[in-house]
Amino acid sequence: MLLFPTMLTELFNLQEQQPEARIMAGGTDLLVALRHGPQDGRTIICLERIDELRRIDELEDGSVSIGATATFSSIARNTLLKERYPLLTQAAATVGGPAIRNMASIGGNIVTASPAADSLPALYLLDALLELRSAAGSRAVAIAEFILGPRRTMLQPGEIISRIILPPANGWSIQRFEKVGRRKSLAIAVASLAAALRLAADGSVAEARFAWGSVGPTVLRCAEAEQALIGKPLTEENLNAAALLAQRAVQPIDDIRASADYRRSVAGNLLLRLVA
Amino acid sequence: MKIQCNLNGTPTEFNCLPDRRVIDLLREDLGLTGSKEGCGTGECGACTILVDGLPKLACLMLAAQLEGTQVETVEALQQTEQGRTLMAAFSEEGAVQCGYCIPGMEMASLALLRQDEPLTREQIKEGLSGNLCRCTGYVKIVDAVERAARVKGEG
Repeated sequence: MLLFPTMLTELFNLQEQQPEARIMAGGTDLLVALRHGPQDGRTIICLERIDELRRIDELEDGSVSIGATATFSSIARNTLLKERYPLLTQAAATVGGPAIRNMASIGGNIVTASPAADSLPALYLLDALLELRSAAGSRAVAIAEFILGPRRTMLQPGEIISRIILPPANGWSIQRFEKVGRRKSLAIAVASLAAALRLAADGSVAEARFAWGSVGPTVLRCAEAEQALIGKPLTEENLNAAALLAQRAVQPIDDIRASADYRRSVAGNLLLRLVA
Repeated sequence: MKIQCNLNGTPTEFNCLPDRRVIDLLREDLGLTGSKEGCGTGECGACTILVDGLPKLACLMLAAQLEGTQVETVEALQQTEQGRTLMAAFSEEGAVQCGYCIPGMEMASLALLRQDEPLTREQIKEGLSGNLCRCTGYVKIVDAVERAARVKGEG
């Protein structure tokens, strides 16, 4: 059974009647999982026809709200997001291939909580807040708190992510997403890096934020690497020093795509792309 | 359940299980065997179709999602000048070897050709980056789309 509510109230009613139902946003993770799993006949509730979950809007306080079922192609080409949060639009443009980006949603990417998810490092750096809605009401949770571990989140039964709120961008001079995979497109990240830097008038680093994907159970930050750059110009030498700190902080694993050692070197080396 | 959509230009109504995969609906129920299933998990692009003009993967869509949409499969190519030009370009450039990836490649290409701006080679590669070919390689396929784009520009 497949259901297509068009309003949130309708969604919550359906969830109440059928608490065992699965929620489907873009389907690009869920349908792959179902294909490999048991055929249990549980109802699927599709979110794709709920208009308010798809919108990308500027809010009064200058934040930007992204509906949870906004697809990665709609995010990658959104002019407001491109202008304010190029870090996120760059990351969105590297998800899967074009057809996947026409289907896969940002909310789904968050709920799946893969350590290799392309949108997560950017959302961590941009201090994304998630609005969670259920029949009982709504609550807001910071993305770093929401994600508990690999494929584990604090989403409760009956709850969905309704939208992602990005606070006003912090005057970043540089926002950059870098990803290394086995091939350029359609590849799960071996390691990824989101970087946001604010430079002082003399070109030295006033603030640096880095977040790595695919090199730990969840997105990894490294305060030491960020601190190491403060007050210094962005040179290869300074970035190398930060890269060494990052390589000590990451916790990569060996898997089918890459060895832990390789991931560790890539995680550091991605920083050097900031001056490449 | 009854599902209505516009399939390759024709208003179509069919009866099927709502959670039937679109690739199975097209191939098994409707006899449109042009779309191919490669990986079945969204990693190869062989099953690419256009839904409301956007490339999507028929292996990761369920039949009920097609309700009220415009669906185009590779079988629609022969109906339009642009589609025929694209097919001719693939054949003239020798872009087809085993052919298995071609329906997906051509549908992704069709979406590219419909864009208003002139296509660069880089944009073509990017637009086809979700479609894997495991025999010929990509050069001739990109050549073919470039040729079709040139013909479009001249037309």
